Amino acid sequence: MSCKGDTRTQRSRGGGPAEQTGNTAAPSRLPLFLPLPTRPATDAEPIGAGAAARRSQAEHSAAPARPGNRGQQAPPGSYKRRGRLSAAPGPARTRSRRAPGLSLRARRRAAANQRARRGAGGSGRGAGAAMEDVSAKFVSQKISRTRWRPLPAAALQPPDVFATGSWDNEDNRISIWSAGDLGNAGLNGEYHGEPHLLCDIQHNGDVMDMQFLDQERIVVASSTGTVTIFRHHQNNQTLSADHRWAKAHYHVDQDTSCGGAACTGVVCNNPEIVTVGEDGRINLFRADQKDAVRTIDNADSSTLHAVTFLRTTEILTVNSIGQLKIWDLRQQRNEPSQIFSLAGDRVPLHCVDRHPNQQHIVATGGQDGMLSIWDIRQGTMPVSLLNAHEAEMWEVHFHPSDPDHLFTCSEDGSLWHWDTSTNVSEKPSFLHQGGRSTAYLSHSTMNQSVVSAWLSNDPTKDRMEITNLIPNQTLSVNSLDVLGPCLVYGTDAEAIYVNRQLFA
Amino acid sequence: MTTGDGAPSSSRVFVVRRDQDIYIHTLRKLFNESHGIFMGLQRSEEELAGKSRKAQLVQVSKNYRSVIRACMEDMHQAAALKLGPAFLQVSILSAMELIWNLCEILFVEAATAGPLLLRLLDWVRLHVCDVDSMVRQVLSSESPSKHKLFWNVVDVFVLQGRMDEARHLLSKEASANPASMNMYKILDDLMKKMPVPSLGNTQTLTELELKWQHWHEECQRYLQDGTFASNPHMESICKILLGDEDAILEKKELMTTWYHFLVTRLLYSHPTVKPMELRFYAQSSMDLFLGGESSPEPLDMILMAAFEFEMHQVIKECSIVLSNWWFVAHLTDLLDHCKLLQSHNLYFGSNMREFLLLEYASGLFSHHSLWQLGVDYFDHCPQFGRVYLELHIERVPLSTEQKALKVLRICEQRQMHEQVRSICKIMAMKALRNNRLGSALSWSIRAKDAAFATLISDRFLKDYCEKGCFSDLDLIDNLGPSMLLSDRLTFLGKYREFHRLYGEKRFAEAARLLLTLMTAHIAPCSFWMTLLTDALPLLEQKEVIFSAEQTYELMRCLEDLTAGNPDKQKFQDDDVETTKVEMLRLALARNLARVIVKEGTVEGS
Repeated sequence: MSCKGDTRTQRSRGGGPAEQTGNTAAPSRLPLFLPLPTRPATDAEPIGAGAAARRSQAEHSAAPARPGNRGQQAPPGSYKRRGRLSAAPGPARTRSRRAPGLSLRARRRAAANQRARRGAGGSGRGAGAAMEDVSAKFVSQKISRTRWRPLPAAALQPPDVFATGSWDNEDNRISIWSAGDLGNAGLNGEYHGEPHLLCDIQHNGDVMDMQFLDQERIVVASSTGTVTIFRHHQNNQTLSADHRWAKAHYHVDQDTSCGGAACTGVVCNNPEIVTVGEDGRINLFRADQKDAVRTIDNADSSTLHAVTFLRTTEILTVNSIGQLKIWDLRQQRNEPSQIFSLAGDRVPLHCVDRHPNQQHIVATGGQDGMLSIWDIRQGTMPVSLLNAHEAEMWEVHFHPSDPDHLFTCSEDGSLWHWDTSTNVSEKPSFLHQGGRSTAYLSHSTMNQSVVSAWLSNDPTKDRMEITNLIPNQTLSVNSLDVLGPCLVYGTDAEAIYVNRQLFA
Repeated sequence: MTTGDGAPSSSRVFVVRRDQDIYIHTLRKLFNESHGIFMGLQRSEEELAGKSRKAQLVQVSKNYRSVIRACMEDMHQAAALKLGPAFLQVSILSAMELIWNLCEILFVEAATAGPLLLRLLDWVRLHVCDVDSMVRQVLSSESPSKHKLFWNVVDVFVLQGRMDEARHLLSKEASANPASMNMYKILDDLMKKMPVPSLGNTQTLTELELKWQHWHEECQRYLQDGTFASNPHMESICKILLGDEDAILEKKELMTTWYHFLVTRLLYSHPTVKPMELRFYAQSSMDLFLGGESSPEPLDMILMAAFEFEMHQVIKECSIVLSNWWFVAHLTDLLDHCKLLQSHNLYFGSNMREFLLLEYASGLFSHHSLWQLGVDYFDHCPQFGRVYLELHIERVPLSTEQKALKVLRICEQRQMHEQVRSICKIMAMKALRNNRLGSALSWSIRAKDAAFATLISDRFLKDYCEKGCFSDLDLIDNLGPSMLLSDRLTFLGKYREFHRLYGEKRFAEAARLLLTLMTAHIAPCSFWMTLLTDALPLLEQKEVIFSAEQTYELMRCLEDLTAGNPDKQKFQDDDVETTKVEMLRLALARNLARVIVKEGTVEGS
């Protein structure tokens, strides 16, 4: 075993009992005067994965209340009171670790973690099992987006390949990673490998959003307003730009050299691609066509922050004045077919996701960190407002095959797992098959429970377990993606994390 | 710390950077990961009692070192691909780790006599690893004992106090040389019996010294007996065991550094050395080792200062020699948390910890994307951190709205109102320049910037006057409480409400609102004419909308407008305006007539 390999393992495992290579004098391939440890990191605590994986759990009963109908002229400042009131009392402030917010079980667990961390002294630390699940890698670029490559229809294996995009670097990149080698699986099926780079390519401007079009192609939205399709050649592990719509979003004039407006969101439903931008424009592209199929200029007077498909012909957008709009692309009128809004508050919305099975349930995340659940069949206001993060919520995702689970991440450096499945006592979990059978089954078996879970207003019945997956992080978690039992997220601290046993 | 890039002509552009290492790509990992450790240290509980607090601090120190090591590995990998500047960087990193490790032993952990020597031995073993390749060569050969480096390896093991390994090798030689078996046995026995300090408190120092004395005398005896006289290698080993300086110095090539010599010397002649005695041995070891042939290098001076417990000297020398602030800033912060630096204040600025942290964080802020890390460092500089942050944060380029939001969040969390205003204003101006009135208004509302909101409202009204319809209805219809930010904005919102009411054919409400806009002086005077013209269709409706009282009010408004306007010329010259006024007067008079009749009949009936 070489020095290098040994240290790697130690670090990525996030602090298992340190393996003493002892005095067996590990051979070194290095120049003589460049000291490399004979006992690498055995006395030093590995960082990264371990720190992030420390979990604290909190249970609470969320009481999503319908917000009161208030007039437009409510005095300024009343917003705060209303906002906080309508969410659950003391809901899941896991970060502050206030005792009342924690269940007994959670507190005990947190205490155990604390003990494990402190008591370990010099020789690594007794890591909880949870830490083994997460592998981390510092990648020397701030990550703005992470996305799993979709699994082929018949796949039984968990996802392995994911893509990341960076922002705010002088040289931004799109990178394709392998989450870890299956061959490295330990005896208990734990994965010790950390993500490794398969290939990358330079990208012009910040990556604002990206999504896989299919197995091989990724659509990337740039801060320069350009939308690019990159192709990942899997046989020789290279990336190339397949097609580019230069300045799909622009301010004054599309043809001048400057004046591109950031494209903030992209969503695909092969072959259709919809993009939105700071210019308030909606573009509809087809992967096989050179020009935009449809453009709605001035679709929004403020910045559009995100977009998602509601049905094959309808899209949802959220903007910076707290509105959720539905657009029917079949209609030639350049007006939204419906507008929903956070009554009078104008808190910008940053992300939107639709329930995978029940298309009328929509979740959005706002600038104040609030999670809003909307029922687009009724009313124009959210069904429930859940007090969540302390700063901007950057992404919200329903679990694609088990929509009782929802994941949100935020500028405040936390990533929350919202689990509404706990009130259904003995529901079998299909997650570990990691395939598509789950989505199929859930229609019949989970339907009832989900309705009560996300839309119910009864605080006594509703139990939502909320777990903060990263208690001690300080910098923003910009993106997350979840597929099967696997979660990947990226941060401004220039690290990517993969959790392969989300429901262990 | 300046890099000059430019053509060799007289007109050059110099790129001046305050902290050059910040720009090394592979070091970004170091900055990011250590930021996490730094934050953890700041958060850690001060009240932890003596021992556990020390353990915690040592752990933090080890974490820092493990990050440095991880970075070195990455650089090795990079260097394996293409030789370049990475090579130099690795040696700088390894020097940093060497210094840090020594500081950890001496200052953070403050090892006492006994354990101190064990720690120093670990330190030397960790950092002098030429032996590894040698051992591999020897062990992989067919008969190790015949290898030309065999005795070198044994010597290195002995010099580093790795007795078990040395004995293991010797036993190979012994089995190959049955003739001198006895000699080997004796040496093996001596090496086995050598007393070492233990980490646990099982034996006292005096006990150890006594045992050591006995063992020393035994070695002495064998040497004087000439037991090993037949084998010069073994004789020299025995001399080393006795702490014979000349014998040890003979192995200079194997030790490579004076601090290795120091530790070996301590091991075999002063195993119970106290921390405060280190400086004497260190100085004399360096003198002996260098022997006047070469002068000490900066690294030697730094280590010497550490052995002399001159913490400030260590930090000072490091600041001068190293090309980054990372090392000194983090080390100083750690030492400060150990409460070792409190007496020292600089004659400028704040204390040394803060000064170094400020320098480091300022360097981070000069980087295109590491600026976010700098924020947290400034937060932990009680005296000047805030001011620095305020000055730096305003200079972060705001390329996209998302970046602006992130910067804004940083400012809002720290109640930096001035900066919040300025960022919002920048973004509002950008939006305005791009003709995105809606966005511009949103930004000025966020900044609570009344003047700017007024400016944008005027633009909206101007657009309306020119085009006859409103743009950005989704925004104006949803102003909500933020409408109250400025009078003009209120007017804009209310005026749009009038249009909506009119469109919905709620004429009475529309009329009331229109009148209020003028009588309550919400509408700017320049806009009154437009408002009165808007009243025309209401006056001409089939049913009567304005009451008599309201009509009188309207008339008064019209007269105020025409009479109060000093620039009467304008009205006389402008036929259109005159006609408008005439038409209004006519419509008002007719409406008055109708309303008198109507009110009269209603009251009469």
